[in-house]
Amino acid sequence: MSTISPALAAKVQQARSQLDAHVCETIAWHFHPSTGCPFWLEKVKTLGFDPIKDIKCFADLQKFPEFEDEWLRGGPVSRWIPQGLKGKPVYVFETGGTTGIPKSRVQIEDFRIDYEMFSHTLPDEHFPKGSNWLMLGPSGPRRLRLAVEHLAQYRGGICFCVDLDPRWVIKLIKRGNIKEMEAYRDHVIDQAVTILSAGHDIKCMFTTPKLLEALAMKLMEQGSSIQQSGITGIFSGGTEFTPQWYRFAMEELLDGVYMTPTYGNTLMGLACGKPFDPADNYKITYYAPQPRAVIEVVDFKDYHRLVEYGQTGRVKLTTLTRETFIPGFMERDEGERELPFEKYPWDGISGTRPFHEIAKATTVGVY
Amino acid sequence: MLEIPVLRWGKSYESIEKQEVVHFESGETLARVHQANGGLIQMDMRHCWRARNALREIPIRKLIDMAAKAGDLYLNAKLPLGNGTQTPEEFCTMQSATTGLPEHMCANNMKKNFFVLSHMEQILDALTRGLPLEILTNGYGTESRGIMLSYQANSPVLGMVLPSNSPGVHTLWMPVIPMQIGLVLKPGPQEPWTPYRMAEAFFQAGVPREAISIYPGGPDVGAAVISHCERTMIFGGLPTVERYHGNPRVQVHGPGFSKFIFGDDEVDNWEKYLDLMVDSVLINSGRSCISCSGIWASRHGREIADAIARRIGPVAPLPMKDPTAALAAFTVPGQADAISAEIDEGVKLPGVTEVTEKYRNGPRLVKRERCDYLRPTVLHCTSSEHAISKAEYMFPFVTVVDCPQNKMLASMGQTLVCSAITKDPQLSRALLDAPFIDRLNIGPVKTIALNWLQPHEGNIVDFLFRARAFQNSPPPAH
Repeated sequence: MSTISPALAAKVQQARSQLDAHVCETIAWHFHPSTGCPFWLEKVKTLGFDPIKDIKCFADLQKFPEFEDEWLRGGPVSRWIPQGLKGKPVYVFETGGTTGIPKSRVQIEDFRIDYEMFSHTLPDEHFPKGSNWLMLGPSGPRRLRLAVEHLAQYRGGICFCVDLDPRWVIKLIKRGNIKEMEAYRDHVIDQAVTILSAGHDIKCMFTTPKLLEALAMKLMEQGSSIQQSGITGIFSGGTEFTPQWYRFAMEELLDGVYMTPTYGNTLMGLACGKPFDPADNYKITYYAPQPRAVIEVVDFKDYHRLVEYGQTGRVKLTTLTRETFIPGFMERDEGERELPFEKYPWDGISGTRPFHEIAKATTVGVY
Repeated sequence: MLEIPVLRWGKSYESIEKQEVVHFESGETLARVHQANGGLIQMDMRHCWRARNALREIPIRKLIDMAAKAGDLYLNAKLPLGNGTQTPEEFCTMQSATTGLPEHMCANNMKKNFFVLSHMEQILDALTRGLPLEILTNGYGTESRGIMLSYQANSPVLGMVLPSNSPGVHTLWMPVIPMQIGLVLKPGPQEPWTPYRMAEAFFQAGVPREAISIYPGGPDVGAAVISHCERTMIFGGLPTVERYHGNPRVQVHGPGFSKFIFGDDEVDNWEKYLDLMVDSVLINSGRSCISCSGIWASRHGREIADAIARRIGPVAPLPMKDPTAALAAFTVPGQADAISAEIDEGVKLPGVTEVTEKYRNGPRLVKRERCDYLRPTVLHCTSSEHAISKAEYMFPFVTVVDCPQNKMLASMGQTLVCSAITKDPQLSRALLDAPFIDRLNIGPVKTIALNWLQPHEGNIVDFLFRARAFQNSPPPAH
């Protein structure tokens, strides 16, 4: 921490205090019999401590056992709905699910809140208020489509959507059916090109790196470009969004169109990228939407120990909203721990990529 | 630190992502190789015709001369490499340090490449069956018999997804530039050395820089090369071979399962051929698809296995610089352990015996701090039904299989090189007719002894060009 200014250090301290207070509020909500969800009200009996009494700050969350993936699989999903929110319309979103039972998360308003917060980070000159959006990516059981659509609406626009089913793409890749995978990708891109050419005044877009690349190439083939199609701002994300890809896209695909990286998933919400700075040489650093979610970069062998700044570790995610409490979920990604920053005075992460121990078994970047 | 950039149609491109190439014995970082992303390839392939057009500006005869000059430069000159230079000696040291192949074997592979480059005229003459080479440039022409011929390039460039572990394969792409087809090379992660050195030798010899691209990178880069080049040559294991089987755009080079077979008429003279068999198994540390991995005979199997084991069993790891080192190291962690465990499982079957054990004075698997070795292994199999009887591994490994002559062809399976020791006309005919044998030697020829004037796993001319009809005047009345 010696390399940050006293002013930033003060901000970091303030953010930490806010986080600690938010943790206490969240615990009080999720473990009170009148507001908590059945899962935690049952689990508390086996914890060996009383969260409401014993958790006084973020660091105390380490008292919880490691959160197990399996707890999020299967039904009834109602076990995750807090009593305090009972009766409200519920969405269920899934992650993974190529084989076996997917992990799921119930949500009521979280996806809207997350994307409204994200909206405030978007520069209006590139994402003009009132302009229409193209959501080019996975919908189905994922929250992305609804979230991006809400983002468009929140900013006064209408969202056009083109779907891609990543589970089908993964199956095609695993079968080695590359031809059919390419045909499916072309089918998706053709739809996007059609929508962009149909006079809908679309200026903003969410898509994935692979699809953006395919779309840009298709437009170039037709003598057009992303810029000429009217797009002025793009947000994209995932572990495929590497610094090299970022540079390639900026230098060769986008012809001056603004693009911002994001890192997120159904459990966390959306982490924002540090704004583009040529001095960073396309290094991408993400900051979680604290205090609603916290990213820690922890030692591969000891998930309770943060690695030093600049060192590599596995991503540990904590979700702290009224709808969901997930302490210490070990993500499938790894990266380098980054220093806090003026706009986001808490730890960031750069170089996100699939966790090396499971990377070989994981099919990434399919969409 | 040596920095090796991506090469986009001859122009250096510095990537943000770099991979360190490390000496497997010392742990020293030898170079940082810049990594391409798949999109770069798709972007560059939009201009792939420039490569062929630039090459077509130069007559093929001149390109043949340039190839010879490039061969000489590759073998003897200090050439630029990234932000530094590289002598031939440094090339051998670096290639050995990352692939695990002893330095003298790297030097031998250089000589192979040199030979091919310096005999390009004869090689093209043989592979094109004497075609006037201008036809490849112009697309049509009249051959000496007065017949109009037309050959059309299937692709302006050839993509190559190259392996890490077998520097010998580079001979396959040497004829491509002289045929006025551009090159899109994706080097194996541990073997960037040959593509870069060869490209630089070509450039110095006068080949236009825009004819060659080199994209080091991960699997997405290999996939992009296959996806965006109309013709690609790739190297891989059986799953890769099966994946691309029947795909006319992709020529796959996988395991060879190369064999010696004895006809009943010659098998009693097997001792005369012992040197041939030993060399076929051992040379280049058995790390080649043309290395012999099976010897099939109706009788004397146990004696043949024992005689080979006696010769190669004692061979042990030596330092990479030792000119007598016969074993290559496994530089990928866990690979040697997995192979050795698989062999141990195989020899548990009744009728399978490891014959080398008694001559080895130690275990098959030799573990070192940063690499492993597998010492030569000879198995005797009393039946071709055992799965291990048809195994092939990346070290001197051979099975000697007892099999009646009349069942050999039905049992031997896909075979890249078959050296048949027989004078039996019926067996010879059957071998000539067998579609699962690629290169056939009838007579005392080592499986590893290739004649470069012969096609290898498909004729590269047929892969890159298609013969078609062309007329610029009405045909004779009929």
